[in-house]
Amino acid sequence: MKNVMVLACALLVLPGALSAQDASKESTEAKREDRLKTLEEQVRALAAEVEGLSGELKTARESAANAPGARPKLVLASAPYTRESAAAAATPEPPQGSGTAQTQVFGGATSNAKLLNPDISVIGDFLGTAGNNSIRPVRSLELHESEVGLQAIIDPYARGDFFLSFGEQGVNVEEGYITFTSLPGGFVAKVGKMRAAFGKVNTIHNHALEWTDRPLVTDNLLGGEDGIEDAGLSVTRILPAPKWIFLEATGQAFRGDSSTIFQSVTHKDVSYVGHIRAYKDLSESTNVDIGASYSRGHSAPGTDLITLPSNFHTELYGVDTTFRWKPLRRAIYHSFLARSELVWSQRDQLSPLSLFQTQRAFGFFTSGEYRLTRRWTVGGRFDRTGRAQQANLTDTGFSALLTYWPSEFSQIRGQYRFARYAEGRDANELRFQFVFVLGAHGAHPF
Amino acid sequence: MRHMSNAFRFTAIAASLALLLASLQVPSAQAAGKIQIVTATSDLAALAQEVGGDRVEVESIARGYQDPHFVEAKPSFLLKLRRADLLIVVGLELEIGWLPPLINQSGNPRIQVAGPGYFDASRFAEILEIPRGIVTRAEGDVHPLGNPHYWLDPANSQRIAKGVADRLSEMRPADASYFEQRYQAFTKRLQDEDQKWVAEMKPYAGRKVVTYHRSWPNFAKHFDLDVVGYIEPRPGIPPTPSHTLELIQMMKRENIKIIMVEPYFDLKTPKAIARDTGAQVVVMMPSVGGEKEITDYFKLFDYDIALLKKAFDAAH
Repeated sequence: MKNVMVLACALLVLPGALSAQDASKESTEAKREDRLKTLEEQVRALAAEVEGLSGELKTARESAANAPGARPKLVLASAPYTRESAAAAATPEPPQGSGTAQTQVFGGATSNAKLLNPDISVIGDFLGTAGNNSIRPVRSLELHESEVGLQAIIDPYARGDFFLSFGEQGVNVEEGYITFTSLPGGFVAKVGKMRAAFGKVNTIHNHALEWTDRPLVTDNLLGGEDGIEDAGLSVTRILPAPKWIFLEATGQAFRGDSSTIFQSVTHKDVSYVGHIRAYKDLSESTNVDIGASYSRGHSAPGTDLITLPSNFHTELYGVDTTFRWKPLRRAIYHSFLARSELVWSQRDQLSPLSLFQTQRAFGFFTSGEYRLTRRWTVGGRFDRTGRAQQANLTDTGFSALLTYWPSEFSQIRGQYRFARYAEGRDANELRFQFVFVLGAHGAHPF
Repeated sequence: MRHMSNAFRFTAIAASLALLLASLQVPSAQAAGKIQIVTATSDLAALAQEVGGDRVEVESIARGYQDPHFVEAKPSFLLKLRRADLLIVVGLELEIGWLPPLINQSGNPRIQVAGPGYFDASRFAEILEIPRGIVTRAEGDVHPLGNPHYWLDPANSQRIAKGVADRLSEMRPADASYFEQRYQAFTKRLQDEDQKWVAEMKPYAGRKVVTYHRSWPNFAKHFDLDVVGYIEPRPGIPPTPSHTLELIQMMKRENIKIIMVEPYFDLKTPKAIARDTGAQVVVMMPSVGGEKEITDYFKLFDYDIALLKKAFDAAH
């Protein structure tokens, strides 16, 4: 009975509900139409507004263009020339923003205040060595050097360069100098600590060498890996010469403390370096570079510790030659470089019997490097040299090298190195090197 | 005593040499007659010659067929730079690997950066592809200040020529009207030639091409070409097998039939891609002097456009 009553009520209510739904549909459609009409009116109003603004802008441009002294329009790079545009571009000006774009450099300057900071670079030099060398052993694995470079123009007259060398033994200012680039008479002067212009290899930083190590003659006669580097001043000038040849002279004076070669006790114990360079282009692809060097300073006397070094000198003479071939159309794929340096050392010292003696030693290396492809180079080097303090002892060696360049900013190098030392012992080593460059490292001189 | 006398002799010789050299002044070519101009690239030399006429002597360091990124800083260039009154550079770090040491070693105060004889042509050009946001070498040898190959747009060259004319006029006010006249004549000829070039390239507007390096954005924009891919996976990074395969697939998909290559890149990879895709390798000259017949800025475009037209026509 209860169910029958509910059903009857539902039947009574249903027609009313349906009619109410129809009425609501009609009202919704009417509302939609109203809304569309409103939107249509708004769009028309906005279009009229845009049209008005465009007209105002056009008028403003025309009046500006007609104003006296107004700048003519630029010819855009993408726009083809027309008579009108070319005439309008009678005095073209640089496009807005050219050369002044704010670029965010990863991990670097992001604000204008930092834009005057020096160029900063870090070069990692990781070395690994396998094999045997009982005379001059080296570590099996080492981050041999991390060179931090800071380079900038100081003012209109000079630039500054710092190269800090972080090794496993500590930190060393490898070079830090100011270069005066605007001197009269064509002189270029450097003041600070620097690698001496003795030969070619002495001026080259480790990461820029063609080998994982330095030649034996550098170790034996020029003070080891650091070579001749000292605090002092340097003057260079291009010399007058016939057109077909480039001549340059460099004179340097240093405090007189450099590795194991030179030692100063008094202010007078300065050392000198002189270098003459002759360069000639044999063709557009080949050239030859020849240099002669001389250096003189005070040396440690040897066994007699109470003897002043002022009376003991070391004189060094050097000849360096470099031959380069690099075809201009394929410069990044093929090249050849041959290099050789000869060094004569004349060192005053005390003999084991405390007698004054002069040791005269000679050494040289010769090397070659050929770029096979854009990424691969092969090379070799031959070394033979006496020792500065025992000229009768001669070390001989040779190396074979293979280098892979993933990009301009990294290199992987392998070197087989054989050495026969004067003690009669042989060294056979396999060395590998990873060099990687971070940041903006300035270009090296040729 | 022997060592002492040697030391004195060396010092005396060095001092005498220094005094002798100090008395020798590098003669300014300005005083001698013609303004001596050295440019980083042959294109800038061509523009400077157009404006300077017979009042200047212009020499370029890089040759037209040489990759301007990898020029060797040979000492023989120092002989040119030490006498230069004006050094015109591309800028945007194109020459960063070789020009700064040359400037430093030149012993010429006039051409030092920001000196009266230092002229950065990029300041007068519309620069494309200026990186935004974070810039890292993961993107290759990217130029943070924008693409430096801007001289391949005639409009930029007109602006640079104007800048050079103004600078020459400042250096030698007596010849200002001569330089202005030369500039106007250059502009007029450029306008006429460009109308011809644009008309010649119009049938190929919108065509998609692949280039080896990002050397052609300004050229492509001016002549309405669409550069859609590069042989280098990243600027300065040699082609890799995986990138080459991707490029081949893309070229087939997009039906790209032109590969533009600069004269200093190896053709092995472009030719291999061309064999697979039926495309043509076009060795375009990006600079004046790239071929013997390209003796000025106008002939550069004549040469490249003739090559492109022939290649586009052959592709269809």
